[in-house]
Amino acid sequence: MIELFSYKFMQNALLAALIGGASCGVTGVFVVLMRIPFISVAMSHAAFAGAVLGILTGVNPLMLAIVFSLASAFLIGPIADKADIDTNISIGIIFSIVLGIAFLCMGLIKGPKTEALKYIWGNILMVSSNNIILMAIVLILVSLFIILLFKEMKAVLFSRELSAASGIPEKKIYYIMLFLSGLVVSLNLNTIGGLLIFSLIVNPAAAAYQLTYSVKRMFLLSASFGILSTLTGLFCSYLFDVPSGAVIILISSSLFGIALLFSPKRKVKHYATA
Amino acid sequence: MILLRNISVAHRHEFALLDISLSVGRGEFVVILGPNGAGKTTLLKVINGLCRPTSGSGEIFGQVMNSSNAGGIRRAIGYVPQIMNIDPRFPITAYEVVSFGRISKAGLFRQLGKIDKQVIEQAMSLTGIEQLADRPIGHLSGGEQQKVAIARAIAQEPELLLLDEPTSNLDLSAQQTITSLIETIYLEKKITTVMVTHLLHHIPHHAQRLILMKKGEIIKDGKRDELMDEQTLSELYDCQLSKSYIMSGTLFTPEKK
Ligand SMILES: Nc1ncnc2c1ncn2[C@@H]1O[C@H](COP(=O)(O)OP(=O)(O)OP(=O)(O)O)[C@@H](O)[C@H]1O
Ligand SMILES: [Mg+2]
Repeated sequence: MIELFSYKFMQNALLAALIGGASCGVTGVFVVLMRIPFISVAMSHAAFAGAVLGILTGVNPLMLAIVFSLASAFLIGPIADKADIDTNISIGIIFSIVLGIAFLCMGLIKGPKTEALKYIWGNILMVSSNNIILMAIVLILVSLFIILLFKEMKAVLFSRELSAASGIPEKKIYYIMLFLSGLVVSLNLNTIGGLLIFSLIVNPAAAAYQLTYSVKRMFLLSASFGILSTLTGLFCSYLFDVPSGAVIILISSSLFGIALLFSPKRKVKHYATA
Repeated sequence: MILLRNISVAHRHEFALLDISLSVGRGEFVVILGPNGAGKTTLLKVINGLCRPTSGSGEIFGQVMNSSNAGGIRRAIGYVPQIMNIDPRFPITAYEVVSFGRISKAGLFRQLGKIDKQVIEQAMSLTGIEQLADRPIGHLSGGEQQKVAIARAIAQEPELLLLDEPTSNLDLSAQQTITSLIETIYLEKKITTVMVTHLLHHIPHHAQRLILMKKGEIIKDGKRDELMDEQTLSELYDCQLSKSYIMSGTLFTPEKK
């Protein structure tokens, strides 16, 4: 087991699992408390569209993937506010646009499309060192944001209207949270893949949501659950030669199930629906 | 303190406010009355800038609100909105909600200091919710949440208090508690107060000015004693009210149609 980590690719995979699990877990808290679970699906497909366009035009696919998902993350908030629609609708609009672009480019690519599909599936055993450095930078950015603007962030997550009414720069904080979510999704695509990242963002945070009434604890729990899911996924995929993404989903979903069983909040729900 | 000139607000084809002009001076206690959909909430939101008027202009604290000074102006306005739907499982405690009132005062990148904490505790004891501090906000009853909202607004140490139906959803005794709480706050802190309500018999004694709104317009604006009569109020609510005198004051009740 120990000599496993003398391989460079395994060291990288371990780092990717740790950083990816933590960043997705933390981002999930924004996503769950803002009630916009599908932002990760929209962002990953934006990245996919960018990658496919890159392959088609010969531009670096990873770079275009990042540009696309950041541009989308940047647009979601203002579109929702300008058009006076729910953020989820705005996410749906972005999702349909990037999907259209992705399909168009896929149709135009001659020959096999395996290169593009890499972004849909991802592989934690193939992550490059450069990618890991980028992932680490993003995790640091997200952590800095949470630590430095913790009180504002809490207020905005609780109510945008109240925050605005009391003079908190609510729009900036809200847009930054959307933007950071997009950043995390696009940089973790290689590890877990666009289709599966959704569960790594939503499940750990949803599990943490069941267990605590403190935002701070929710961040810590969610990050731990994220790391637990990715590490287990990594080992299972190495030992039993199964797809890492699938294991990550199963583990994170099971964590949610266990959290639900032990949730002190379940009683509240029963009273509410009774 | 508040000066609005010919303000109109339109949502697509319909006007929520139509050519409203209004001026409120420092230290006044104004009560806004009017039927559902009259534009009362919209008027409060125009005052604190949450709703942008379609036409007209306004000044608050002597300044025209724009994107660069909005933060500073709103810091000095305590706003208690009409309804809040709070998820019972949301991970925020009552204390944290009250502390939101101090956040923009403290400024970005700073933690709340000693003074902030004192102000928060004072606001909670004034509203009588100290024992609720650690409860998740969603677990509180409607009346308790209303008190938390008022405590949050007071914690801002505002110069202006905007209250949108602070007694809605409350039981009879809670209505009375909140009404006298608002009165106490007004007397103790001399905060200019604008309050929307439907409860005619719960208008605080110190609210001497009434504004009657209907279909987006201010139809009457004047002294409480002059406007609190059967004729005026029956016209306002489009139904025949009859007046009766009870121990604690005057009661207006609608007659059966
Ligand atoms: N976002 C909106 N879009 C469209 N119409 C709106 C919007 N907000 C308010 N309105 C309309 O504007 C009018 C005034 O609404 P407002 O909420 O100010 O009434 P109100 O006097 O506060 O009523 P209530 O006593 O029921 O609280 C209503 O006719 C309402 O339908
Ligand atoms: Mg209203």
